[in-house]
Amino acid sequence: MRIPKALRNPSLVIGGLIILALVFLAVFAPLLATHGVDQPDMRNRFSLPSAAHWLGTDNLGRDLWSRLIFGARISLSIGIISVTVAALIGTSVGLAAGYFGGWVDMLLMRITDVFLGFPAVVLTLAIVAVLGPGIVNISAAIIAVTWTEYARVVRATTLVLREQNYVQAAKALGASWPRILFMEILPNTLGPIIVLASLGLGTAVIIESALSFLGFGLPPPTPTWGWTLSYGTRFIRDEPWLSIIAGATIMVTVLGFNLLGDGLRDILDPRQLTRLGANK
Amino acid sequence: MAQLATSKVGAAIAVKDLEIRIRGERGSYPVVADMALTVQPGETLCIVGESGCGKSMTALSLLRLLPEAASASKGTIEINGEDFLAMSQHRVEDLRGVEIAMIFQEPLTALNPVLTIGEQIAESVRRHKKLGHKAAMARAIETLQLVQMPDPARRARQFPHELSGGQRQRAMIALALACDPKILVADEPTTALDVTVQAQILGLISDLQKRLGTALVLITHDLGVVAEVADRVVVMYAGRRVEEASVYDLFEHPIHPYTLGLMGAIPRPVAGRPATDRLVDIAGTVPPPWDLPKGCAFAPRCPRASARCLEERPPLEEKRPGHFAACWEHVDG
Repeated sequence: MRIPKALRNPSLVIGGLIILALVFLAVFAPLLATHGVDQPDMRNRFSLPSAAHWLGTDNLGRDLWSRLIFGARISLSIGIISVTVAALIGTSVGLAAGYFGGWVDMLLMRITDVFLGFPAVVLTLAIVAVLGPGIVNISAAIIAVTWTEYARVVRATTLVLREQNYVQAAKALGASWPRILFMEILPNTLGPIIVLASLGLGTAVIIESALSFLGFGLPPPTPTWGWTLSYGTRFIRDEPWLSIIAGATIMVTVLGFNLLGDGLRDILDPRQLTRLGANK
Repeated sequence: MAQLATSKVGAAIAVKDLEIRIRGERGSYPVVADMALTVQPGETLCIVGESGCGKSMTALSLLRLLPEAASASKGTIEINGEDFLAMSQHRVEDLRGVEIAMIFQEPLTALNPVLTIGEQIAESVRRHKKLGHKAAMARAIETLQLVQMPDPARRARQFPHELSGGQRQRAMIALALACDPKILVADEPTTALDVTVQAQILGLISDLQKRLGTALVLITHDLGVVAEVADRVVVMYAGRRVEEASVYDLFEHPIHPYTLGLMGAIPRPVAGRPATDRLVDIAGTVPPPWDLPKGCAFAPRCPRASARCLEERPPLEEKRPGHFAACWEHVDG
């Protein structure tokens, strides 16, 4: 009964298909690439899509299709690392702040405010500038600007949940606070966390691309999407194709994550959430 | 003299001189005062009263689960002879579920929506009985069987929203009984249910209580429920006991005008009274706990009130053997 309901949700289906396709391409990139990532072909610079080069070539005649599917691996790994860690940090902070309240809440939320107080772009650039480029460092920068959202949402949810009757009932059966926090409250916050994580993957892809675009990303010749977009703009007057393809890739990916997130939000109402509990 | 046999040896619950205060915007005021309760193992005590009379607060204090703004400011609560109020939080958590457990009013909201019925019961069993996952689950199904849940093994795998109201309350009772508590506190356990289901659940609680020898404290506003299951009854008004007696004495010879008023407000055919007769309500409302009258709290609504009632608060006195009431102008049953 569960599958048809989910399949009737267009955002979920479209978003899910886009992301599934992307993951497939990223995972099997070595098999699906038609050319080497760094293999130049000076006779075919700036070629339009053709049988030989499905998405055309760049200024050095490198195959764009191959570069983009390898770029997907970078974008997705950074997205998954940063979202996982940001969700873990944010959820822990939110649970503690919401459940214990008082000075714990005060302290944790002021720390959150400090992170929120920095303009996101400045904070990410500063972190990458200090740490240097690299998948882990870029992820760290993304985590720094995204964990606060999980903290705030989970705290708000926890504030509501801790007053629920079933929390009182659990106490009446002798449950201690860790048990209440992890058995009673955490499972009920998973819905919002999953939605945020899905949207967060889109955000991570954008931040990573923005860093590459600004020259703070992984150094060339790494085929990141942001860098492809960035150097495409140098030739945009004569050869707009390069930038358009790179930009569209980023856009479709982010759209996919956002549609998926919206779809999940729709189906993860509390009643559906109980079914989610069955699968964990 | 107002203390009704409060310290019999071996009482499951012995509450003495309990006062519960709330600190709020209006300052600190008592919502329960001079409360004393004694419940023997296997006995059923009903606490009756209108909304806001302090009966739920009394029930919550028996598990030390009072909301943050409220606290027991005076008196003692002994659970199976142990001083409950002086105990460490850790010790209280150990006793909850094993010595004393609670059935809540709203079975839907008192069950966690994301955990199966079986998981919720097993969780408590694992904590107290130190059983493994499998054994705890088996115990959960056994308990569901005990509360006559149809198809218990399947229900154990279901979520609260997949059960009917009556089944949820059965699950709630199973949850409370899973670790064989010696005392059961039930706060309006049938209020959220259909009338037909109410009778079943009430019968179940009463039956289990007799079979397991549990002491039962039942909070209700429904005198029909009281007549059905109680051994003894405490009638509360504005945070205090106004009448206390065996169920037989109370229904046969109510003494306090408030109790009489409550009985007048029950729809029932009475010999000599035409069926078309209107229900008699009690005029006025319960005074708020931060603004109680100087004398008897019921005096402003009482048809028998005298000048003394408005000036001086009547103590709870033994008016007839085993029958207590707090009233200056009581009815001579």
